[in-house]
Amino acid sequence: MIKVENLTKTFGPKVAVNDVSFTVERGEVLGFLGPNGAGKSTTMRMVTGFLPPTAGRVTIGTHDMLEDPVPAKRLIGYLPESAPCYSDMTVHGFLSFAAEIRGLRGDAIKKAVHRAVEMCFLENVLHQSVDTLSKGYRHRTCFAQSIIHDPEILVMDEPTDGLDPNQKHEIRQLIKRMGEKKAIIFSTHILEEVEAACTRAIIIDLGKVVANGTPQELKRKAPNAGAILLRVSGVAAEAVTGKLRAVDGAERVQLVKDENGTVTARVFPKSSSNGEFSKAVGAAAQGWRVEELHIEEGKLDEYFRSITASDTAKK
Amino acid sequence: MSNSLGNISTIAKRELSAYFASPVAYVFIVIFLLLTGFFTFMVGGFFERNEASLISFFLWHPWLYLFLVPAVGMRVWSEEQRQGTIELLMTMPITPWQAIMGKFLASWAFLALALALTFPVVVTVKYLGNPDLGVVAGGYIGSFLLAGAYLAITCLTSALTRNQVIAFIISVVVCLFLILAGWPPVTNILTKALPDNRWVVELVSAFSVMTHFEDFQRGVVDSRHLLFFLSVIGFSLFSTSVALRSLRS
Repeated sequence: MIKVENLTKTFGPKVAVNDVSFTVERGEVLGFLGPNGAGKSTTMRMVTGFLPPTAGRVTIGTHDMLEDPVPAKRLIGYLPESAPCYSDMTVHGFLSFAAEIRGLRGDAIKKAVHRAVEMCFLENVLHQSVDTLSKGYRHRTCFAQSIIHDPEILVMDEPTDGLDPNQKHEIRQLIKRMGEKKAIIFSTHILEEVEAACTRAIIIDLGKVVANGTPQELKRKAPNAGAILLRVSGVAAEAVTGKLRAVDGAERVQLVKDENGTVTARVFPKSSSNGEFSKAVGAAAQGWRVEELHIEEGKLDEYFRSITASDTAKK
Repeated sequence: MSNSLGNISTIAKRELSAYFASPVAYVFIVIFLLLTGFFTFMVGGFFERNEASLISFFLWHPWLYLFLVPAVGMRVWSEEQRQGTIELLMTMPITPWQAIMGKFLASWAFLALALALTFPVVVTVKYLGNPDLGVVAGGYIGSFLLAGAYLAITCLTSALTRNQVIAFIISVVVCLFLILAGWPPVTNILTKALPDNRWVVELVSAFSVMTHFEDFQRGVVDSRHLLFFLSVIGFSLFSTSVALRSLRS
Protein backbone atom coordinates (compact mmCIF):
# COMPACT_ATOMS: atom_id res chain seq x y z
CA MET A 1 0.00 0.00 0.00
CA ILE A 2 2.80 2.39 0.88
CA LYS A 3 6.01 2.21 -1.07
CA VAL A 4 8.85 4.56 -0.26
CA GLU A 5 11.90 4.46 -2.49
CA ASN A 6 15.19 6.26 -1.89
CA LEU A 7 13.48 9.17 -0.24
CA THR A 8 15.81 12.11 0.43
CA LYS A 9 15.09 15.55 1.79
CA THR A 10 17.56 18.35 2.29
CA PHE A 11 16.90 21.71 3.88
CA GLY A 12 19.70 23.91 2.58
CA PRO A 13 22.92 22.16 3.54
CA LYS A 14 21.19 19.98 6.14
CA VAL A 15 20.23 16.47 5.10
CA ALA A 16 17.10 15.63 7.07
CA VAL A 17 16.25 12.34 5.39
CA ASN A 18 18.84 10.34 3.53
CA ASP A 19 17.91 7.60 1.09
CA VAL A 20 15.10 6.00 3.08
CA SER A 21 13.22 3.08 1.55
CA PHE A 22 10.54 0.82 2.99
CA THR A 23 7.14 -0.64 2.19
CA VAL A 24 4.05 -1.17 4.28
CA GLU A 25 1.37 -3.64 3.23
CA ARG A 26 -2.22 -3.97 4.32
CA GLY A 27 -2.38 -5.66 7.71
CA GLU A 28 0.93 -4.23 8.81
CA VAL A 29 1.58 -1.72 11.57
CA LEU A 30 4.95 -0.14 11.07
CA GLY A 31 6.54 1.54 14.04
CA PHE A 32 8.82 4.38 13.14
CA LEU A 33 11.47 4.89 15.79
CA GLY A 34 14.29 7.31 16.19
CA PRO A 35 15.75 9.96 18.44
CA ASN A 36 14.45 13.51 18.20
CA GLY A 37 15.50 15.15 14.96
CA ALA A 38 16.26 11.84 13.26
CA GLY A 39 13.94 12.64 10.35
CA LYS A 40 10.79 10.78 11.40
CA SER A 41 8.41 13.71 10.96
CA THR A 42 10.05 14.83 7.73
CA THR A 43 9.65 11.33 6.29
CA MET A 44 5.98 11.23 7.29
CA ARG A 45 5.40 14.65 5.82
CA MET A 46 6.76 13.40 2.51
CA VAL A 47 4.71 10.21 2.66
CA THR A 48 1.54 12.24 3.16
CA GLY A 49 2.45 14.70 0.43
CA PHE A 50 2.88 17.74 2.64
CA LEU A 51 6.56 18.15 1.77
CA PRO A 52 7.86 17.43 -1.70
CA PRO A 53 10.94 15.16 -1.53
CA THR A 54 14.30 16.37 -2.83
CA ALA A 55 14.78 12.96 -4.41
CA GLY A 56 13.04 9.61 -4.37
CA ARG A 57 9.49 8.49 -4.80
CA VAL A 58 6.42 7.78 -2.69
CA THR A 59 3.73 5.51 -4.07
CA ILE A 60 0.39 5.24 -2.29
CA GLY A 61 -1.70 2.35 -3.54
CA THR A 62 -1.08 2.70 -7.27
CA HIS A 63 -0.70 6.48 -7.24
CA ASP A 64 2.54 8.42 -7.28
CA MET A 65 2.37 11.12 -4.62
CA LEU A 66 4.11 13.73 -6.76
CA GLU A 67 2.34 13.11 -10.04
CA ASP A 68 -1.07 12.12 -8.81
CA PRO A 69 -1.42 13.70 -5.37
CA VAL A 70 -5.19 13.99 -4.99
CA PRO A 71 -6.11 10.30 -5.44
CA ALA A 72 -3.08 9.35 -3.35
CA LYS A 73 -4.10 11.68 -0.54
CA ARG A 74 -7.64 10.34 -0.65
CA LEU A 75 -6.38 6.97 0.62
CA ILE A 76 -4.53 8.43 3.59
CA GLY A 77 -5.59 9.55 7.02
CA TYR A 78 -2.94 11.70 8.67
CA LEU A 79 -2.34 12.77 12.23
CA PRO A 80 0.42 15.41 12.22
CA GLU A 81 2.89 15.71 15.07
CA SER A 82 1.34 18.60 17.00
CA ALA A 83 -2.23 17.38 16.36
CA PRO A 84 -3.38 20.68 14.84
CA CYS A 85 -7.10 21.48 14.80
CA TYR A 86 -9.02 24.56 13.70
CA SER A 87 -9.40 26.11 17.12
CA ASP A 88 -12.28 28.38 16.12
CA MET A 89 -14.58 25.42 15.43
CA THR A 90 -16.47 23.02 17.66
CA VAL A 91 -15.37 19.39 17.69
CA HIS A 92 -18.49 18.48 15.75
CA GLY A 93 -17.96 21.26 13.23
CA PHE A 94 -14.33 20.33 12.74
CA LEU A 95 -15.08 16.64 12.18
CA SER A 96 -17.94 17.44 9.81
CA PHE A 97 -15.59 19.67 7.84
CA ALA A 98 -12.99 16.90 7.71
CA ALA A 99 -15.63 14.44 6.47
CA GLU A 100 -16.90 16.85 3.83
CA ILE A 101 -13.48 17.70 2.48
CA ARG A 102 -12.83 13.95 2.29
CA GLY A 103 -15.71 13.81 -0.16
CA LEU A 104 -18.49 12.53 2.11
CA ARG A 105 -21.92 14.12 1.72
CA GLY A 106 -25.19 14.29 3.61
CA ASP A 107 -25.98 11.30 5.80
CA ALA A 108 -22.56 9.79 5.26
CA ILE A 109 -21.04 12.78 7.08
CA LYS A 110 -23.28 12.25 10.10
CA LYS A 111 -22.48 8.56 10.21
CA ALA A 112 -18.74 9.11 9.83
CA VAL A 113 -18.66 11.76 12.56
CA HIS A 114 -20.70 9.53 14.86
CA ARG A 115 -18.38 6.59 14.29
CA ALA A 116 -15.18 8.61 14.83
CA VAL A 117 -16.58 10.27 17.93
CA GLU A 118 -17.42 6.90 19.41
CA MET A 119 -14.03 5.42 18.60
CA CYS A 120 -12.17 8.33 20.13
CA PHE A 121 -14.48 8.92 23.14
CA LEU A 122 -15.36 12.50 22.24
CA GLU A 123 -19.08 12.46 23.16
CA ASN A 124 -18.56 14.74 26.16
CA VAL A 125 -16.92 17.53 24.23
CA LEU A 126 -18.78 17.22 20.94
CA HIS A 127 -20.20 20.74 21.00
CA GLN A 128 -17.30 22.39 22.75
CA SER A 129 -15.03 24.77 20.90
CA VAL A 130 -11.66 23.17 20.09
CA ASP A 131 -9.63 25.92 21.79
CA THR A 132 -11.27 25.15 25.15
CA LEU A 133 -10.23 21.48 25.03
CA SER A 134 -7.51 19.92 27.14
CA LYS A 135 -4.50 18.57 25.33
CA GLY A 136 -5.68 14.97 25.45
CA TYR A 137 -9.06 15.80 23.94
CA ARG A 138 -7.47 17.99 21.31
CA HIS A 139 -5.19 15.17 20.36
CA ARG A 140 -8.06 12.73 20.14
CA THR A 141 -10.05 15.21 18.04
CA CYS A 142 -7.23 15.34 15.52
CA PHE A 143 -6.98 11.56 15.70
CA ALA A 144 -10.71 11.32 14.96
CA GLN A 145 -10.18 13.57 11.97
CA SER A 146 -7.59 11.17 10.57
CA ILE A 147 -9.90 8.13 10.70
CA ILE A 148 -13.10 9.95 9.72
CA HIS A 149 -13.18 8.51 6.18
CA ASP A 150 -12.08 5.04 7.29
CA PRO A 151 -8.89 5.31 5.24
CA GLU A 152 -6.94 2.35 3.96
CA ILE A 153 -3.72 3.96 5.07
CA LEU A 154 -3.05 5.72 8.35
CA VAL A 155 0.00 7.84 9.00
CA MET A 156 0.34 9.03 12.57
CA ASP A 157 3.11 11.13 14.00
CA GLU A 158 3.40 10.38 17.71
CA PRO A 159 -0.25 9.42 18.19
CA THR A 160 0.05 8.90 21.94
CA ASP A 161 2.01 12.04 22.71
CA GLY A 162 0.47 14.05 25.54
CA LEU A 163 -2.08 11.41 26.51
CA ASP A 164 -2.51 9.94 29.97
CA PRO A 165 -1.66 6.25 30.50
CA ASN A 166 -5.26 5.09 30.06
CA GLN A 167 -5.67 7.00 26.85
CA LYS A 168 -2.31 5.74 25.61
CA HIS A 169 -3.43 2.18 26.18
CA GLU A 170 -6.74 2.86 24.45
CA ILE A 171 -5.10 4.40 21.39
CA ARG A 172 -2.58 1.57 21.14
CA GLN A 173 -5.37 -0.99 21.21
CA LEU A 174 -7.20 1.00 18.56
CA ILE A 175 -4.13 1.10 16.32
CA LYS A 176 -3.58 -2.60 16.76
CA ARG A 177 -7.20 -3.36 15.92
CA MET A 178 -7.24 -1.11 12.87
CA GLY A 179 -3.90 -2.50 11.76
CA GLU A 180 -5.53 -5.81 10.87
CA LYS A 181 -7.27 -4.24 7.90
CA LYS A 182 -5.20 -1.17 7.12
CA ALA A 183 -1.63 -0.20 6.42
CA ILE A 184 -0.43 1.92 9.31
CA ILE A 185 2.73 3.87 9.98
CA PHE A 186 3.19 5.53 13.30
CA SER A 187 6.16 7.19 14.87
CA THR A 188 6.97 7.16 18.53
CA HIS A 189 9.87 7.29 20.88
CA ILE A 190 8.15 5.13 23.44
CA LEU A 191 9.61 1.72 22.81
CA GLU A 192 7.07 -0.29 24.73
CA GLU A 193 4.51 1.04 22.28
CA VAL A 194 6.30 -0.67 19.44
CA GLU A 195 6.12 -4.02 21.17
CA ALA A 196 2.49 -3.44 22.07
CA ALA A 197 1.16 -2.43 18.69
CA CYS A 198 3.60 -2.98 15.81
CA THR A 199 4.11 -5.87 13.50
CA ARG A 200 7.32 -4.33 12.25
CA ALA A 201 9.64 -1.53 13.29
CA ILE A 202 12.09 0.72 11.54
CA ILE A 203 14.73 2.62 13.43
CA ILE A 204 15.93 5.77 11.78
CA ASP A 205 18.89 7.85 12.90
CA LEU A 206 20.44 10.94 11.35
CA GLY A 207 18.08 10.57 8.41
CA LYS A 208 19.01 6.97 7.65
CA VAL A 209 17.31 3.64 8.28
CA VAL A 210 19.57 1.75 10.68
CA ALA A 211 17.31 -1.18 11.50
CA ASN A 212 14.23 -2.81 10.02
CA GLY A 213 12.51 -5.90 11.40
CA THR A 214 9.86 -7.29 13.70
CA PRO A 215 10.11 -6.12 17.32
CA GLN A 216 11.28 -9.66 18.24
CA GLU A 217 14.06 -9.60 15.67
CA LEU A 218 15.24 -6.22 16.85
CA LYS A 219 15.13 -7.28 20.49
CA ARG A 220 17.32 -10.27 19.68
CA LYS A 221 19.97 -7.88 18.42
CA ALA A 222 20.17 -6.07 21.74
CA PRO A 223 23.61 -6.37 23.37
CA ASN A 224 22.23 -8.33 26.32
CA ALA A 225 20.04 -10.65 24.30
CA GLY A 226 20.90 -14.29 24.90
CA ALA A 227 22.89 -13.58 28.04
CA ILE A 228 21.98 -15.44 31.19
CA LEU A 229 21.08 -13.45 34.25
CA LEU A 230 21.77 -15.11 37.56
CA ARG A 231 20.93 -13.82 41.01
CA VAL A 232 22.16 -15.69 44.06
CA SER A 233 22.44 -14.84 47.73
CA GLY A 234 24.86 -15.84 50.46
CA VAL A 235 27.91 -16.09 48.20
CA ALA A 236 30.76 -13.64 47.68
CA ALA A 237 30.74 -11.79 44.38
CA GLU A 238 34.26 -12.93 43.45
CA ALA A 239 33.33 -16.55 43.96
CA VAL A 240 30.32 -16.19 41.70
CA THR A 241 32.11 -14.42 38.86
CA GLY A 242 35.09 -16.74 39.16
CA LYS A 243 33.01 -19.86 38.87
CA LEU A 244 30.87 -18.48 36.06
CA ARG A 245 33.91 -17.51 34.01
CA ALA A 246 34.98 -21.12 34.13
CA VAL A 247 31.69 -22.30 32.64
CA ASP A 248 32.16 -23.95 29.27
CA GLY A 249 31.18 -21.57 26.47
CA ALA A 250 31.13 -18.41 28.57
CA GLU A 251 32.69 -15.44 26.87
CA ARG A 252 32.58 -12.92 29.69
CA VAL A 253 30.85 -12.29 32.96
CA GLN A 254 29.42 -8.98 34.04
CA LEU A 255 28.75 -8.21 37.67
CA VAL A 256 25.49 -6.31 37.64
CA LYS A 257 24.88 -5.75 41.33
CA ASP A 258 26.36 -6.76 44.66
CA GLU A 259 24.10 -5.66 47.49
CA ASN A 260 23.11 -6.98 50.93
CA GLY A 261 24.64 -10.34 50.25
CA THR A 262 22.77 -10.77 46.96
CA VAL A 263 24.87 -10.98 43.83
CA THR A 264 23.49 -10.42 40.35
CA ALA A 265 25.67 -11.39 37.41
CA ARG A 266 25.25 -11.73 33.67
CA VAL A 267 27.03 -14.39 31.62
CA PHE A 268 27.47 -13.84 27.91
CA PRO A 269 27.83 -16.96 25.76
CA LYS A 270 30.45 -17.18 23.01
CA SER A 271 27.99 -18.18 20.34
CA SER A 272 24.29 -17.49 20.38
CA SER A 273 22.68 -18.89 23.46
CA ASN A 274 21.32 -22.41 23.53
CA GLY A 275 19.89 -24.82 26.03
CA GLU A 276 23.31 -26.44 26.67
CA PHE A 277 24.80 -23.21 27.85
CA SER A 278 22.00 -22.36 30.25
CA LYS A 279 22.22 -25.88 31.66
CA ALA A 280 25.96 -25.41 32.18
CA VAL A 281 25.34 -22.15 34.01
CA GLY A 282 22.66 -23.86 36.08
CA ALA A 283 25.13 -26.62 36.96
CA ALA A 284 27.72 -24.07 38.02
CA ALA A 285 25.18 -22.45 40.29
CA GLN A 286 24.49 -25.69 42.10
CA GLY A 287 24.90 -25.25 45.82
CA TRP A 288 24.15 -21.55 45.78
CA ARG A 289 20.83 -20.13 46.83
CA VAL A 290 19.55 -19.18 43.35
CA GLU A 291 16.86 -16.50 43.39
CA GLU A 292 16.69 -15.91 39.70
CA LEU A 293 18.05 -17.56 36.59
CA HIS A 294 16.85 -16.80 33.11
CA ILE A 295 17.91 -16.14 29.54
CA GLU A 296 17.52 -12.48 28.68
CA GLU A 297 15.50 -11.90 25.56
CA GLY A 298 16.96 -8.45 25.07
CA LYS A 299 15.28 -5.13 25.37
CA LEU A 300 14.32 -2.89 22.50
CA ASP A 301 15.56 0.22 24.24
CA GLU A 302 19.00 -1.33 24.73
CA TYR A 303 19.18 -2.09 21.06
CA PHE A 304 17.87 1.37 20.26
CA ARG A 305 20.58 3.00 22.36
CA SER A 306 23.28 0.81 20.88
CA ILE A 307 22.58 1.84 17.28
CA THR A 308 21.42 5.44 17.49
CA ALA A 309 23.52 8.46 18.30
CA SER A 310 21.69 10.40 20.93
CA ASP A 311 21.77 14.14 20.40
CA THR A 312 23.07 14.55 23.94
CA ALA A 313 26.14 12.38 23.35
CA LYS A 314 28.90 13.07 20.89
CA LYS A 315 29.42 10.47 18.25
CA MET B 1 -15.09 20.03 -12.22
CA SER B 2 -18.08 19.75 -9.88
CA ASN B 3 -15.72 18.02 -7.49
CA SER B 4 -13.38 20.98 -7.53
CA LEU B 5 -16.26 23.42 -6.97
CA GLY B 6 -17.41 21.23 -4.10
CA ASN B 7 -13.98 21.39 -2.50
CA ILE B 8 -13.79 25.16 -2.96
CA SER B 9 -17.20 25.61 -1.36
CA THR B 10 -16.30 23.30 1.55
CA ILE B 11 -13.20 25.38 2.26
CA ALA B 12 -15.11 28.63 1.80
CA LYS B 13 -17.89 27.53 4.15
CA ARG B 14 -15.38 26.67 6.86
CA GLU B 15 -13.59 29.96 6.37
CA LEU B 16 -16.77 32.01 6.55
CA SER B 17 -17.95 30.21 9.66
CA ALA B 18 -14.57 30.96 11.22
CA TYR B 19 -15.23 34.68 10.76
CA PHE B 20 -18.59 34.48 12.45
CA ALA B 21 -17.44 32.10 15.20
CA SER B 22 -15.48 34.95 16.77
CA PRO B 23 -16.50 38.56 17.44
CA VAL B 24 -14.12 39.67 14.66
CA ALA B 25 -16.83 39.63 11.99
CA TYR B 26 -19.28 41.71 13.99
CA VAL B 27 -16.66 44.17 15.18
CA PHE B 28 -15.44 44.58 11.63
CA ILE B 29 -18.88 45.16 10.18
CA VAL B 30 -19.84 47.68 12.86
CA ILE B 31 -16.60 49.61 12.50
CA PHE B 32 -16.81 49.56 8.72
CA LEU B 33 -20.36 50.92 8.77
CA LEU B 34 -19.58 53.58 11.39
CA LEU B 35 -16.52 54.77 9.49
CA THR B 36 -18.25 54.86 6.09
CA GLY B 37 -21.08 56.83 7.69
CA PHE B 38 -18.71 59.22 9.40
CA PHE B 39 -16.63 59.88 6.30
CA THR B 40 -19.61 60.15 3.96
CA PHE B 41 -21.67 62.52 6.05
CA MET B 42 -19.21 64.38 8.28
CA VAL B 43 -15.97 64.57 6.33
CA GLY B 44 -17.16 64.08 2.78
CA GLY B 45 -19.80 66.79 3.03
CA PHE B 46 -22.65 64.65 1.71
CA PHE B 47 -25.29 67.30 2.41
CA GLU B 48 -23.16 70.32 1.50
CA ARG B 49 -22.66 68.92 -1.99
CA ASN B 50 -26.38 69.22 -2.52
CA GLU B 51 -26.46 66.58 -5.20
CA ALA B 52 -28.07 63.17 -5.40
CA SER B 53 -24.86 61.17 -5.77
CA LEU B 54 -22.69 58.87 -3.73
CA ILE B 55 -19.41 60.56 -4.65
CA SER B 56 -18.72 61.42 -1.03
CA PHE B 57 -19.44 57.79 -0.11
CA PHE B 58 -17.19 55.97 -2.58
CA LEU B 59 -14.46 58.60 -2.35
CA TRP B 60 -13.28 57.16 0.97
CA HIS B 61 -13.35 53.50 0.11
CA PRO B 62 -9.72 53.17 -1.06
CA TRP B 63 -8.61 54.70 2.25
CA LEU B 64 -10.99 52.78 4.47
CA TYR B 65 -10.14 49.49 2.79
CA LEU B 66 -6.47 50.31 3.20
CA PHE B 67 -6.72 49.32 6.86
CA LEU B 68 -9.86 47.24 7.05
CA VAL B 69 -9.20 44.74 4.27
CA PRO B 70 -5.73 43.73 5.52
CA ALA B 71 -7.34 43.35 8.96
CA VAL B 72 -9.77 40.83 7.49
CA GLY B 73 -7.27 39.02 5.30
CA MET B 74 -4.16 38.90 7.47
CA ARG B 75 -5.20 35.71 9.21
CA VAL B 76 -6.09 33.76 6.08
CA TRP B 77 -2.77 31.92 5.67
CA SER B 78 -0.63 33.05 8.58
CA GLU B 79 -3.09 31.57 11.07
CA GLU B 80 -2.94 28.23 9.24
CA GLN B 81 0.81 28.27 9.53
CA ARG B 82 0.86 29.33 13.16
CA GLN B 83 -1.63 26.69 14.23
CA GLY B 84 -0.09 24.04 12.00
CA THR B 85 -3.44 23.31 10.38
CA ILE B 86 -1.82 23.97 7.01
CA GLU B 87 -0.37 20.49 7.38
CA LEU B 88 -3.90 19.09 7.55
CA LEU B 89 -5.17 21.26 4.74
CA MET B 90 -2.34 20.40 2.35
CA THR B 91 -2.64 16.66 2.98
CA MET B 92 -6.37 16.63 2.25
CA PRO B 93 -7.41 15.36 -1.20
CA ILE B 94 -7.69 18.85 -2.66
CA THR B 95 -5.37 20.91 -4.82
CA PRO B 96 -3.62 23.98 -3.37
CA TRP B 97 -5.60 26.09 -5.86
CA GLN B 98 -8.88 24.92 -4.44
CA ALA B 99 -7.74 25.89 -0.96
CA ILE B 100 -6.49 29.29 -2.14
CA MET B 101 -9.69 30.03 -4.05
CA GLY B 102 -11.94 28.81 -1.27
CA LYS B 103 -10.25 30.98 1.30
CA PHE B 104 -10.10 34.01 -0.97
CA LEU B 105 -13.74 33.75 -2.05
CA ALA B 106 -14.93 33.35 1.53
CA SER B 107 -13.15 36.49 2.68
CA TRP B 108 -14.31 38.35 -0.41
CA ALA B 109 -17.90 37.29 0.26
CA PHE B 110 -17.52 38.55 3.79
CA LEU B 111 -16.33 41.94 2.53
CA ALA B 112 -19.22 41.95 0.04
CA LEU B 113 -21.60 41.41 2.93
CA ALA B 114 -20.14 44.36 4.81
CA LEU B 115 -20.39 46.47 1.66
CA ALA B 116 -23.98 45.39 1.07
CA LEU B 117 -24.88 46.49 4.58
CA THR B 118 -24.16 50.10 3.53
CA PHE B 119 -27.47 50.04 1.65
CA PRO B 120 -29.03 52.68 3.97
CA VAL B 121 -26.78 55.24 2.27
CA VAL B 122 -28.39 54.38 -1.05
CA VAL B 123 -31.84 54.52 0.54
CA THR B 124 -31.03 57.94 1.99
CA VAL B 125 -29.87 59.41 -1.28
CA LYS B 126 -32.84 57.90 -3.08
CA TYR B 127 -35.14 59.43 -0.50
CA LEU B 128 -33.56 62.86 -0.73
CA GLY B 129 -33.17 63.10 -4.45
CA ASN B 130 -33.15 61.26 -7.69
CA PRO B 131 -29.76 59.63 -8.10
CA ASP B 132 -28.66 57.73 -11.20
CA LEU B 133 -28.85 54.15 -9.92
CA GLY B 134 -26.57 52.99 -12.74
CA VAL B 135 -23.83 55.21 -11.36
CA VAL B 136 -24.46 53.87 -7.86
CA ALA B 137 -24.23 50.28 -9.15
CA GLY B 138 -20.99 51.12 -10.96
CA GLY B 139 -19.57 52.50 -7.72
CA TYR B 140 -20.50 49.36 -5.84
CA ILE B 141 -18.95 47.11 -8.48
CA GLY B 142 -15.76 49.17 -8.39
CA SER B 143 -15.67 49.13 -4.62
CA PHE B 144 -16.17 45.36 -4.56
CA LEU B 145 -13.33 44.82 -7.04
CA LEU B 146 -11.12 47.22 -5.10
CA ALA B 147 -11.72 45.23 -1.92
CA GLY B 148 -10.93 42.04 -3.84
CA ALA B 149 -7.63 43.43 -5.09
CA TYR B 150 -6.55 44.50 -1.59
CA LEU B 151 -7.69 41.16 -0.23
CA ALA B 152 -5.70 39.15 -2.77
CA ILE B 153 -2.60 41.17 -1.88
CA THR B 154 -3.22 40.49 1.80
CA CYS B 155 -3.64 36.76 1.07
CA LEU B 156 -0.21 36.83 -0.53
CA THR B 157 1.53 38.60 2.35
CA SER B 158 -0.22 36.35 4.82
CA ALA B 159 1.12 33.31 2.98
CA LEU B 160 4.62 34.72 3.37
CA THR B 161 4.62 34.93 7.16
CA ARG B 162 3.12 33.19 10.15
CA ASN B 163 2.95 36.52 11.94
CA GLN B 164 -0.36 38.29 11.39
CA VAL B 165 0.96 41.71 12.40
CA ILE B 166 3.71 41.54 9.79
CA ALA B 167 1.20 40.39 7.19
CA PHE B 168 -1.02 43.35 8.10
CA ILE B 169 1.73 45.96 7.91
CA ILE B 170 3.17 44.72 4.62
CA SER B 171 -0.29 44.60 3.05
CA VAL B 172 -1.04 48.15 4.17
CA VAL B 173 2.23 49.37 2.69
CA VAL B 174 1.66 47.63 -0.66
CA CYS B 175 -1.94 48.85 -0.87
CA LEU B 176 -0.84 52.35 0.11
CA PHE B 177 1.59 52.30 -2.78
CA LEU B 178 -1.23 51.28 -5.10
CA ILE B 179 -3.21 54.27 -3.88
CA LEU B 180 -0.44 56.84 -3.90
CA ALA B 181 0.82 55.96 -7.38
CA GLY B 182 -2.28 57.58 -8.80
CA TRP B 183 -3.27 60.00 -6.07
CA PRO B 184 -3.40 63.56 -7.51
CA PRO B 185 -0.99 65.12 -4.94
CA VAL B 186 1.62 62.50 -5.86
CA THR B 187 1.04 62.57 -9.61
CA ASN B 188 1.23 66.39 -9.52
CA ILE B 189 4.68 66.21 -7.93
CA LEU B 190 5.78 63.69 -10.54
CA THR B 191 4.42 65.84 -13.36
CA LYS B 192 6.34 68.86 -12.06
CA ALA B 193 9.53 66.85 -11.59
CA LEU B 194 9.36 65.30 -15.04
CA PRO B 195 7.62 67.85 -17.25
CA ASP B 196 8.97 66.34 -20.48
CA ASN B 197 8.25 62.74 -19.62
CA ARG B 198 4.53 62.52 -19.23
CA TRP B 199 4.64 58.80 -20.01
CA VAL B 200 6.48 58.07 -16.74
CA VAL B 201 3.68 59.63 -14.76
CA GLU B 202 1.13 57.76 -16.80
CA LEU B 203 2.96 54.48 -16.39
CA VAL B 204 3.17 54.87 -12.61
CA SER B 205 -0.41 55.94 -12.22
CA ALA B 206 -1.59 53.06 -14.41
CA PHE B 207 -0.61 50.82 -11.51
CA SER B 208 -2.77 52.74 -9.12
CA VAL B 209 -6.15 51.56 -7.94
CA MET B 210 -7.23 55.22 -7.82
CA THR B 211 -6.96 55.66 -11.58
CA HIS B 212 -9.04 52.55 -12.15
CA PHE B 213 -11.54 53.13 -9.37
CA GLU B 214 -12.40 56.65 -10.57
CA ASP B 215 -14.35 55.57 -13.64
CA PHE B 216 -16.42 53.14 -11.63
CA GLN B 217 -17.46 56.00 -9.34
CA ARG B 218 -18.74 57.82 -12.38
CA GLY B 219 -20.75 54.75 -13.30
CA VAL B 220 -18.48 53.62 -16.12
CA VAL B 221 -17.72 49.90 -16.06
CA ASP B 222 -14.80 49.82 -18.47
CA SER B 223 -13.34 46.44 -19.40
CA ARG B 224 -9.79 47.85 -19.01
CA HIS B 225 -10.42 48.70 -15.39
CA LEU B 226 -12.17 45.39 -14.84
CA LEU B 227 -9.15 43.68 -16.31
CA PHE B 228 -6.84 45.65 -14.06
CA PHE B 229 -8.53 44.57 -10.84
CA LEU B 230 -8.97 40.99 -11.99
CA SER B 231 -5.33 40.74 -12.98
CA VAL B 232 -4.17 42.15 -9.62
CA ILE B 233 -6.31 39.45 -7.98
CA GLY B 234 -5.10 36.74 -10.34
CA PHE B 235 -1.46 37.68 -10.02
CA SER B 236 -1.61 37.88 -6.22
CA LEU B 237 -3.36 34.54 -5.87
CA PHE B 238 -0.93 32.90 -8.25
CA SER B 239 1.96 34.31 -6.20
CA THR B 240 0.23 32.96 -3.10
CA SER B 241 0.38 29.46 -4.55
CA VAL B 242 4.08 29.93 -5.33
CA ALA B 243 4.71 31.24 -1.81
CA LEU B 244 2.89 28.32 -0.22
CA ARG B 245 4.84 25.83 -2.31
CA SER B 246 8.23 27.36 -1.60
CA LEU B 247 7.38 27.44 2.08
CA ARG B 248 7.17 23.67 2.08
CA SER B 249 10.33 22.85 0.19
